[in-house]
Amino acid sequence: MTTTAAPDHTGARTAPKDNPGAAPRKRRSGRLRRISLPYLLLLPAVLLELLVHLVPMIIGIVVSFRELTQFYLRDWTTAPWAGLDNYALAVDFDAPVGQALLKSFVTTCIFTVASVALCWFIGTAAAIFMQENFRGRGFLRTLFLVPYALPVYAAVITWAFMFQRDNGLVNHVIHDQLGLTDSPPFWLIGENSFITLLVVAVWKGWPFAFLIMMAGLQNIPREIYEAAALDGAGVWQQIRRITLPSLRPVNQVLVLVLFLWTFNDFNTPFVLFGKSAPESADLISIHIYQSSFQTWNFGTGSAMSVLLLLFLLVVTGLYLLFTSRGRKATDV
Amino acid sequence: MSSHSAPQPRSPMAPPQSFLWSRRIFLSLLTVFVVLPVFVMVSSSLKPLQDVSGKFQWIPSGLTIRPYFDIWETVPLADYFLNSLIVAGSATVLSVVIAVFAAYAVSRYEFRGKRVFTVTVLSTQMFPGILFLLPLFLIYVNIGNATGIALFGSRAGLILTYLTFSLPFSIWMLIGYFDSVPRDLDEAAKVDGCGPLGALFRVIVPAAIPGIVAVAVYAFMTAWGEVLFASVMTNESTRTLAVGLQGYSTQNDVYWNQIMAASLVVSVPVVAGFLLLQRYLVTGLTAGAVK
Repeated sequence: MTTTAAPDHTGARTAPKDNPGAAPRKRRSGRLRRISLPYLLLLPAVLLELLVHLVPMIIGIVVSFRELTQFYLRDWTTAPWAGLDNYALAVDFDAPVGQALLKSFVTTCIFTVASVALCWFIGTAAAIFMQENFRGRGFLRTLFLVPYALPVYAAVITWAFMFQRDNGLVNHVIHDQLGLTDSPPFWLIGENSFITLLVVAVWKGWPFAFLIMMAGLQNIPREIYEAAALDGAGVWQQIRRITLPSLRPVNQVLVLVLFLWTFNDFNTPFVLFGKSAPESADLISIHIYQSSFQTWNFGTGSAMSVLLLLFLLVVTGLYLLFTSRGRKATDV
Repeated sequence: MSSHSAPQPRSPMAPPQSFLWSRRIFLSLLTVFVVLPVFVMVSSSLKPLQDVSGKFQWIPSGLTIRPYFDIWETVPLADYFLNSLIVAGSATVLSVVIAVFAAYAVSRYEFRGKRVFTVTVLSTQMFPGILFLLPLFLIYVNIGNATGIALFGSRAGLILTYLTFSLPFSIWMLIGYFDSVPRDLDEAAKVDGCGPLGALFRVIVPAAIPGIVAVAVYAFMTAWGEVLFASVMTNESTRTLAVGLQGYSTQNDVYWNQIMAASLVVSVPVVAGFLLLQRYLVTGLTAGAVK
């Protein structure tokens, strides 16, 4: 990293600083130094982002057009070109691979909508209820940040324990204590695993919405509420007429971030279910992971990743287009 | 700010009973939801094995701290711990240093491509990890084959990866903190003969210490909790806590009291750090969305 920076850097530094006869040169090297300095400061960050994010993304796109199996792993550049075969395989919804991908995609969409809606609702409601001071407010606020602060795996492992069929807390309550079911249900395999995943994801995700909403509420001027109260508006009316509309710009960013994080969530299903998630909770990230690292067919895996990226870009673009309509471009 | 001043009524009128009761009920239910796993984690870690292998028990038959000792034998927890500490610690230090330089450039200099840089860096945060997992795996394997530098399976590879994960947000947060340090201060330092780096380290960094600490905590949390890349990029000897504990918890016969003890032990440092510094972290985390 630093070696690339060296020539430029020393060039600027060894400029004849105190040479009395070279006033014009001095000024020019000073300017050169001034111009190049911000780039030098940025260089490590840029190089690392290139190495870990941008270059892999480009390679991923290239690989998606190749037939990359385990035989070519040692040097991926020798893998034969496959044209659009990988994509054809991924979107052939009559064949098993395409069918499974489509199913995983639909599952992910339903999961994302449900999870984002719940996280948003709980976070917003909690923030509005905690807008005014009351006894214990500070303590609750700190407590509500715990799910956000806990390492994902520690929290999710605990949930996995709670959802165990024979010795978990959930079945103890609903079967043994409340008698709601005939036999203790399975939560980590089969149909129920979707609910399990949703509960854990919401538990983990809502504090972020809460944080953002709390910050958004602080920006609403008090005078508006006072004026509304003088005009006879009750608390509920104030929430509907003042609080919620004022939060709209914050909402725009929050919903987008929640959407992207939830749609791409890998950690929660992976820690909850292990390497192969049950079909009803087979989120797209874990699906791609599994189809790449179990069959070592990186070409198809990359094609699926590229499709995912395209989908996210289109959704994000449309979302920003629709939500920003009528607002100034500078607000975005 | 408002939380420190005396209770400020939102309106001159007292809220109606319907509002107060809704608030009580909603926040109580939410508290139960939030606390339940924490309760299970703490209480189960103090239970004897028969309490966690049979039916769930709200009240333990006895309390023991044995799980906290046994877990180190059941899984190589010390190795995991050491790996996680080295990886997360190194990633944090490097990430903070690199972010300080980058944020300084953005905060104090005008240059072409500034906006492109900030937007690009931030948007990488939004892409799914799975997208560059496969190619990065290929790159690390191929770099290893070509040069002998082992990035795949090594701590170095993981450090490199993690530090870029926290970098975008760290830079973003630090730009905000650096912007809030008055420019007059570093201009004055430059007049007194400090170079650009002197002004950075003698004036701006000391003034932005809370922000830098917050960024460090954020970077540490990111690396400490990462699962996806750790599950692919580590081997037996470099396995981190995330992968080690996850792997153990999905086995058939699990000593749940021990794993709850382990989960608690690995959580305490980051949760404590986060909650202690929440004010600084929250400001940084929310600034981007609210402004």
